[in-house]
Amino acid sequence: MKAYMSVFKLRLSNGLQYRTAALAGMATQFFWGFVIIMVFEAFYSGATVQPPISLTQLITYVWLQQAFLAFVMLWFRDNELFQLITTGNIAYELCRPSGIYGLWYAKLLGQRLASALLRSLPIVTVAFILPQPYRMPLPSDPFAFLLFIAALILGLLLIVSLSMLMYISVFVTLSPAGSLLMFGVIGEFLAGMVIPVPLMPSWLQSIVYVLPFRWTADFPFRVYSGHIPKEEALAGIAIQIIWFLVLVGLGRLAMAKALRRVVVNGG
Amino acid sequence: MIKIDGLSKSYQVAMRSSGVRQAVKALFKREYKVVDALDDISFTIEPGEIVGYIGPNGAGKSTTIKVMSGILVPDSGSCTIMGYTPWKDRVEYVKHIGVVFGQRSQLWWDVPVIDSFDLLRDIYKVPEQEYRSTLSLLTETLELQDIIQMPVRQLSLGQRMRCEIAASLLHSPSVLFLDEPTIGLDAVSKIAVRKFIRTINEEKGVTIILTTHDMNDIEALAKRIILIGKGKKLYDGSVSAIRDQFGTRKTITAVYSHQAEPFQVPGTVMEAWSPERAVLSVDTEQVVISEVLIRLSAQVELLDVAIDTLPIEDMIVQLYKEHQI
Repeated sequence: MKAYMSVFKLRLSNGLQYRTAALAGMATQFFWGFVIIMVFEAFYSGATVQPPISLTQLITYVWLQQAFLAFVMLWFRDNELFQLITTGNIAYELCRPSGIYGLWYAKLLGQRLASALLRSLPIVTVAFILPQPYRMPLPSDPFAFLLFIAALILGLLLIVSLSMLMYISVFVTLSPAGSLLMFGVIGEFLAGMVIPVPLMPSWLQSIVYVLPFRWTADFPFRVYSGHIPKEEALAGIAIQIIWFLVLVGLGRLAMAKALRRVVVNGG
Repeated sequence: MIKIDGLSKSYQVAMRSSGVRQAVKALFKREYKVVDALDDISFTIEPGEIVGYIGPNGAGKSTTIKVMSGILVPDSGSCTIMGYTPWKDRVEYVKHIGVVFGQRSQLWWDVPVIDSFDLLRDIYKVPEQEYRSTLSLLTETLELQDIIQMPVRQLSLGQRMRCEIAASLLHSPSVLFLDEPTIGLDAVSKIAVRKFIRTINEEKGVTIILTTHDMNDIEALAKRIILIGKGKKLYDGSVSAIRDQFGTRKTITAVYSHQAEPFQVPGTVMEAWSPERAVLSVDTEQVVISEVLIRLSAQVELLDVAIDTLPIEDMIVQLYKEHQI
């Protein structure tokens, strides 16, 4: 456990040194946030039926998405790990007396956390003081906020276990491009990163609801905005925990299987 | 300590000829060639030994190291190191070994070396006190004081390799596998690395298996060598036995006053000639040195003579030739 903590801390402190990247990232995320909100605003002003989610709730959804991008984006990747696999430096990781799954998990978690720490606070702060209609409202009550924090953290754990599957797939494909693209495009769509889940047609929603992806982003954001009521949120958190256990179990199995077949080439 | 018996491992390699047509064909039907990387390798190594594991490129050296360090699962054969089977008891086993892959890196690229060391301390669960004393010993003998706080990306190859070796020894392993530890290093770094390897072997009794292409490494460190080629073990014995086998061949370098014409000395082979200098090779089983010198001085006006045994490098080339690898 100490080893995992240590990897996590190292990665975190390493990630915190990229200040310029964080600034550039924030600028991009503000830009995106505004564009997306403007688009939805235009749609909403022309809406003939009552939309399934209010504009304020949607704006909250968008700002949280931008602020916690590092928590919810599947394409957020660690090239070091890919290189480790494709160049064979993994040879060293294989001579360590600890499971690779745990070490990598800690590494990815630290990296995402570092990135989010640098970006989320400024973005959220600015979103709170923006003029209407762009302003993000404060959480409705403290309990809803606590639920949101819990859901967000579980969502982070979920996204890391999902992305672990992506890294493991590189053992088989040896090229990260394909895995990344597949996971990135499909996973993000299913997480509600492209179109918020409440706005999807109902047949698509029924697909999205049985998959794990929406629990990483869509769920915590809607808990914050109150679109998902508290009782439902508590049940959702339980489902998040179940998905987390399932995905980690799957990942460990797949990793063990991949490692048995691994051939370190060259040198 | 290490007992390897009948180890075999083969790889499947996808093959195709050049050209687009072949590439398209390979889309549908792929041809594989089976390469025997290891073919029935057996040997035993005693505690405290330094063994040079040599062979030309592609002979199977690294494959053996990978099997012995638990990374690869062999097709057949057994390998017992300190009572463990590396690929079966991997996690328990690797606590006791250290590995250096000369062509790979285990240090984190963007952080100071010491951060990587601290991480390894936690991974191997080395007690703090023990870690400190090992670290200070390593820093001293490998002269890491000035570089330990620098990010790895800014180190030279020699500096990095010294750190890599230190990283592999932080948990005080009793067996150390070195896969080409001196590759690409300059003369000074090579000597420093060799000196260090000898020190830890003598003082801590670490058993060392070393693969290298630099025969000077072998000469400086190993008493015993194992030669493999095309996956088969070809020679296993002391370095001095090879010396005895090839030691009857000497080279004589003669410097003399100007001599316009090349000359012949019976019983020798002229390796190189210039008007002032010649290199002759002699097999002392056929003709004694004193006789060669008498014949030589009869032909030229000798200024200086140096007699050398065949360098170990050449002995190995001879050995490769004998085994046709």
